[in-house]
Amino acid sequence: MQETVALELKGVSKYFGSVVANKNVDLTVHSGEILAILGENGSGKTTLMNMISGIYFPDEGQIFVGGEEVVIRSPQDAFRYKIGMIHQHFKLVDVFTAAQNIVLGVKESADYKGAYRSAFVDENGEKLTRSKCKSFFVGLKNVFTKWKKNRYKLKKVNEKVTAIAVKYGFHIDPKKKIYDMSVSEKQTVEIVKVLYRGADILILDEPTAVLTPQETQRLFDVLRRMREDGKSIIIITHKLHEVLSLSDRVAVLRKGEYVGTVETKETDEAELTEMMVGKKVTLNIERSEPKDVCDRLIVDKLNCKNREGVKVLDNVSFTARAGEILGIAGIAGSGQRELLEAIAGLQDLEEGEITYIDPKSEERVNLRHKTPLQIRELGVRLSFVPEDRLGMGLVGNMDIIDNMMLRSYQKGRSMFVDRKQPEKLAETIIADLEVVTPNTHTPVRRLSGGNVQKVLVGREISSAPKVLMAAYPVRGLDINSSYTIYNLLNRQKENGTAVIFVGEDLDVLIELCDRIMVIGSGRITGIVDGRTAKKEEIGLLMTKTEETEENLEEKEEAHE
Amino acid sequence: MNNSEREKTVREPLFHIEKRGDISRKKGLLIRGIAILAALIVSGVFSAILLKGNPFVFYEKIIDGAVGTERRIWNLLRETALLLGVALAIVPAFKMKFWNLGGNGQVLVGCLATTACMFYFGGKVPLGLLIVFMMLAGVIAGAIWALIPAIFKAQWKTNESLFTLMMNYIAEGLVAFFLTIWVKTGSGVLNPMRDYKVPEVINSSFIPIIVIVLLTAAMYIYLKYSKQGYEISVVGESENTARYVGINVKKVVIRTLIISGAICGLVGFLLSGAIHGTVSKATHGGMGFTAIMVAWLAKFNPLIMAGTSFFVVFLERGVAEASSYFGVTNTAFPDIVTSIIFFFIIGCEFFIQYRLRFRAKKKSGIAAEKTVVKAEKKDSVEVSEESDDSAKAKKEDKA
Repeated sequence: MQETVALELKGVSKYFGSVVANKNVDLTVHSGEILAILGENGSGKTTLMNMISGIYFPDEGQIFVGGEEVVIRSPQDAFRYKIGMIHQHFKLVDVFTAAQNIVLGVKESADYKGAYRSAFVDENGEKLTRSKCKSFFVGLKNVFTKWKKNRYKLKKVNEKVTAIAVKYGFHIDPKKKIYDMSVSEKQTVEIVKVLYRGADILILDEPTAVLTPQETQRLFDVLRRMREDGKSIIIITHKLHEVLSLSDRVAVLRKGEYVGTVETKETDEAELTEMMVGKKVTLNIERSEPKDVCDRLIVDKLNCKNREGVKVLDNVSFTARAGEILGIAGIAGSGQRELLEAIAGLQDLEEGEITYIDPKSEERVNLRHKTPLQIRELGVRLSFVPEDRLGMGLVGNMDIIDNMMLRSYQKGRSMFVDRKQPEKLAETIIADLEVVTPNTHTPVRRLSGGNVQKVLVGREISSAPKVLMAAYPVRGLDINSSYTIYNLLNRQKENGTAVIFVGEDLDVLIELCDRIMVIGSGRITGIVDGRTAKKEEIGLLMTKTEETEENLEEKEEAHE
Repeated sequence: MNNSEREKTVREPLFHIEKRGDISRKKGLLIRGIAILAALIVSGVFSAILLKGNPFVFYEKIIDGAVGTERRIWNLLRETALLLGVALAIVPAFKMKFWNLGGNGQVLVGCLATTACMFYFGGKVPLGLLIVFMMLAGVIAGAIWALIPAIFKAQWKTNESLFTLMMNYIAEGLVAFFLTIWVKTGSGVLNPMRDYKVPEVINSSFIPIIVIVLLTAAMYIYLKYSKQGYEISVVGESENTARYVGINVKKVVIRTLIISGAICGLVGFLLSGAIHGTVSKATHGGMGFTAIMVAWLAKFNPLIMAGTSFFVVFLERGVAEASSYFGVTNTAFPDIVTSIIFFFIIGCEFFIQYRLRFRAKKKSGIAAEKTVVKAEKKDSVEVSEESDDSAKAKKEDKA
């Protein structure tokens, strides 16, 4: 393979106040290769890439593109050097079509001034003799003709987009509006947008986090075709198996520092993990056999519409059992959030019943008509981590004590709050879960993601819940913290709690859960046994649409 | 052309902006100190040029104007207390991220209700009872004025900024309406109530100061140690979190705005009952807006607000006095000077959050130093230009 260096970083550093995001990072990217950047959360992967794509400016260090030193001050500069980044959160205009989004911001500069001036002089640069007034109008005409020629024509754009799509094997309809698109299609638009502008170095920030296994495979095929075309691809991810199956080389970052680059062929998961974490780690989840299993929560035919009137829960029924972990798998935004919020009493339902069976009295309580407070008093706990983990469950600007207080401050008649009990609880959680924090008075937004999550989960389980719902509890956590959380959930299960776990990593779901329920577009598409389930099987269930299901039903009917 | 463009991009930017982490208290105070110093110098030079006078005399006159005589000191303290009162009213709402811009209107309806009590009941009921009537009327009127936008916000998610802002105009219109009923001469000016033989109620500077001091302590404790204060913070930080822990958001919004409006109404009662004895469309003195700045500068801490409120009033009164000493008849002049000073003081918050990093010293120390000096010069030029602009804009507004 020909080894031309496309991009090189030398000693690049970036600080945010006293926080070191990147320190002295060296990195080389060849053309025609896929380089994976691996690192735990907070190791500075995204910051580094943002410096290459012009969003941040490095505090120290040099960047070379094609051997020449460059200064990248803005995304425009980055495009000038043919660098394009596909961000984790798409930056598209919803009401525009794919093609409109792709040309948005593309400047095809035209020399209007020159066009106007040319009306006053002839080809040899000598002043024309005609009257100024006439020249003025000829000048205007020249400018207009130039504008007409230069003005972007959607048809031209569509052709170019289709050409790119054919070349690399994308499926894209340039005339489709963004709001009609699936997540995977939106991502395609982002990639084509970057290619349209002629990027040779593509940076993808966790592109697979929002995709199903099948879509991921398709994306990887496209990326491989780009590599054959001589493009350099940098992909950020923390999924090890993806790194191993796709990349040529792997660069590892740890706590903002560059650890090293290894050839993918010569490495394995254990070595990469060790590089990422800095020490040998054994990663396994001890899944115990469920014991004393009994029904705890029966959800029956939930129906729910969101504000726009779109159905987000469609006839959802299932049972959560005590002493068992029920996993929920599905593409992000398929109704997982609404389902958990409905159980916690935070969602208005159209139809359906939620029955809670009290473990002591075996009394059946309907949760649907209870307030969130009443539901919580029964022992139903929701530990929810949406994209922004501080958006719900914790208050970022408050310290750990005040966050502990969220659950307990209403107790007692006094007009004033009691901070003593929460303080004790905070200290216990910090000690038990090894939360890294300067003290109990640090605002939680200052803590790292893993520690924030430990604080949240710690508070939720401190009251010995009967039902514990955790949505994406490990999203954005490093490997060690993730396993701490898994083991916490396991311990809850052993204590006879009904645990509901919404996850995104199918490997973890299969390892951790006793049963896995798959949800697709607000419908339950299947429930499988966690001990025997296959990833592909779950992936298929995730994408199963209404139509295919109806077809199946029809077929079955015909069969009968 | 292409080549020169390229060269341009290779050059590193002169400086870039970087977020600071935690800043030490000392450094924060230092930056604020420098800002105040710079503000005084620029405003001094500016005034010296325009007034053709000695800037030091100008400073002296500011201090003299604010605290020169015993009467001025009392007036200063009284005005500080009233402004602080409105700021205290605004804080709980703002902490909840409910942008209550209706301070003016809420104060004004408080004034109107108080005056109405004096007008109709003055001399007809015992003085003690009259005072109770006036206070209740003022407080309730202010609370209602804040309650209306709060209900709309809680029930239908209307925009509270626009709503409270419009309520200001309605309040002014209401005052004008009652003045036409009450004042038969057609002048539209309601003379102080003592002219109508209503007994002098509580005409002193002392009472408002005492009331506001007590209120400040109460608000500090309420926000920091009470359950309701805690709920306000949670709702303000994240409505989702509040819902999730079972806080009734609508209830908290409405309750907080009643408190906010009631305190405004109380200030209105003090203004009309204890100081002016009457009401006009401008009795609020624009405090509803100035109070927002007072609250923000103090980062919503009621105790620090006492300081910022004092500072703002000191400046306004001092500069007004100084310009009258120099014989400036233009009313825009004191506004320009105060806005220059505020520009620096508010602008320095940027340097507390961020730091400028200049191009790394590449060639030699001297060259780098030169660029820094240049940059600083450039900065100061920009700053003064900007403040001139803002002053100009203000002037135009006035016109």
